[in-house]
Amino acid sequence: MASKTLITDNKVKNASFSKAIAAVVWKDLSAEFRSRELFSAMLVFSLLVILIFNFALELDIKTRQSVTAGVLWVTFAFAGTLGLNRSMAVEKDRGCLDGLLLAPVDRAAIYFGKAISNLVFMLIVEAIVLPVYSFLYATNLFQPGLLLVILLGSVGYVAVGTLLASMAVQTRTRDVLLPILLFPVVIPVLIASVKASGGFLSGADFITEIMPWINLLLVYDVIFTAIAFMTFDYVVEE
Amino acid sequence: MITVKKLVKRFGMKTVLRGVDFEVQPGEFVALLGPNGAGKTTFLRILASLSRPSLGEVRVANYRLPNQAAAVRARLGVVSHLPLLYGDLTAEENLQFYARMYNVANYALRITEVLELVGLENRRRDLVRTFSRGMQQRLAIGRAVIHDPEVMLFDEPYTGLDQDASSMLDEVLRSVAAKGRTVVMTSHDLARAEDLATRFDILSRGVITASITHRQLGRNNLLTFYKNALAG
Amino acid sequence: MQTKPIALKVLDIASVLLLAVATYLALFYAPTEAVMGQVQRVFYFHVPAAWVGLLGFIAAAVAGIVYLVTHDQKWDIIEMAAVEISLVFFFIAIVLGSIWARPIWNTWWTWDPRLTTAAITELIYIAYFMLRAGIEDPDRRARFGAVYTLVGAVSAPITFMVIRLFRTIHPVVIAGGDPNAQGTFAMTGGMQVAFFFGLFTFTVIFIDLFWNRIRLGNLAAKVEQLKLNITN
Repeated sequence: MASKTLITDNKVKNASFSKAIAAVVWKDLSAEFRSRELFSAMLVFSLLVILIFNFALELDIKTRQSVTAGVLWVTFAFAGTLGLNRSMAVEKDRGCLDGLLLAPVDRAAIYFGKAISNLVFMLIVEAIVLPVYSFLYATNLFQPGLLLVILLGSVGYVAVGTLLASMAVQTRTRDVLLPILLFPVVIPVLIASVKASGGFLSGADFITEIMPWINLLLVYDVIFTAIAFMTFDYVVEE
Repeated sequence: MITVKKLVKRFGMKTVLRGVDFEVQPGEFVALLGPNGAGKTTFLRILASLSRPSLGEVRVANYRLPNQAAAVRARLGVVSHLPLLYGDLTAEENLQFYARMYNVANYALRITEVLELVGLENRRRDLVRTFSRGMQQRLAIGRAVIHDPEVMLFDEPYTGLDQDASSMLDEVLRSVAAKGRTVVMTSHDLARAEDLATRFDILSRGVITASITHRQLGRNNLLTFYKNALAG
Repeated sequence: MQTKPIALKVLDIASVLLLAVATYLALFYAPTEAVMGQVQRVFYFHVPAAWVGLLGFIAAAVAGIVYLVTHDQKWDIIEMAAVEISLVFFFIAIVLGSIWARPIWNTWWTWDPRLTTAAITELIYIAYFMLRAGIEDPDRRARFGAVYTLVGAVSAPITFMVIRLFRTIHPVVIAGGDPNAQGTFAMTGGMQVAFFFGLFTFTVIFIDLFWNRIRLGNLAAKVEQLKLNITN
């Protein structure tokens, strides 16, 4: 049955994959830049955690050196869940997730858009925590090796975190569920990141003591980004 | 424009839609009525490509769902009772985002057009979270037409609106429908539905139990028709 | 309701008998190990329990993938049954591992890579059940369960490798014990009999419990269906 259409077929072209990702990232960053709610929450939380660690652990200079990597990563892991939760909650709030799904874009593009925004937020928070920590404890944390580890670790964390947050936000228990789902699964990232970070900070030998961890991070990042964007469909579609 | 044959939708073991047959010609404005729990929202979600049919055939704008969902989405505009807007962005930015997602060419002009259509041009740089519910619904309609879709779906658009806002929504809906678009709207507001629609279908307990055109109905008979259809 | 299939009834009885024999072999038949003494007998149950846990782990991962591909609800029941069994048996393995470790290395927990990974997998399983508990729609519950099982199934082996790497690069010194000790000892004839018989027995027990649990899941689903038929 022929029907008159207002738009002929060749005029309707769907947004390309990268355009869609760019649109989502721009949307998230613009909204966050204006309200700064997520960002300030993550930042304040991180600073509080460092403060608590300071009193809880009562570190002398020597011990401090060996636990810096651990303290940093615990901070990032917990602040990260705040960011992930909030980022997906925004979509759930006014039914915006439906809005995203109604658009003629690949579901994987939505995943990558959210994941990249989440990564950017996490990196910005980390970029502020590092100098604060350096200042408080007179340690220089700005070593290229350390920055590389922070990048790789954050990518792995966010890759899995975005997928799991999308699930958690659709359950009855919502926010509470994300850390429970995420932490057991992201342990390889945390361990590898802490060991590699610690290695760089203490000037350990690169080949034998640091590289295996970096390799592990790379493998994890690749595998889980692949799993996440391949299964994202099943998580958002009904 | 829309063809639905023997549509069945199950959630686990609960069957919500039990073999719905539904057809809409281009340009028709169908009001889908029925009691709560009849499956109206579920049905609309399937037409909107947000939910998959369990059994049966669904075609929108000549494309099959769910296989050709992307093609359908490009030609579909949906307004639900939730605005689907981002509170921390301005009206303009919201429209910009959706224009990009729908790949609208030269969207700057189109955005102004749409804002004028829904009467929000003077609020274009205001954050959506400062908007009243009525304004958000109007902007939501703007979002839904930004890519000039052939088919529009409205799910209970008048929910939570006062008289003034409802009248404004009426006008916008009329101008949107006037362009020859095909519209399916669910509503509890029989009076408004009677005013706007060209056809009335009743969905009850998972099937379409009755259908009547505006011409056949005559004036002010919708309530009687509705009650009879549900009683039978 | 269908009655239990004969094969399953036979398997039930066989499991109990085999377990009795395996216990006799482990506790009486096998010779006492020279260095560790009687507590070493825990090993005859510890390893098979971990083995069953591993079988369940793999079965769950496979069932999850098959569910995502076929959307057939029965694979969801299989996946859940497998996770339940793995949860219980890894727990048994962990407890037995602690009982074994205490007298020998003077500590309850050795941070051994395999047991630590088993413990983390337990946490993944618990998260799995909490995830399922928070979802009403059976289809979504099954989909999310399958996706999380896949994520967990890939993450657990990586966790194992990470912990092992951790131990090789930075060996953990345990109070009083050799950090690299994994309780190795040469198995003599009698021990081998007890060990392999135990392994066989636990595999049979796994199949028996798995089959029973799946049957239980299917029956529960049937009850749900019947309930819905009555209310509609």
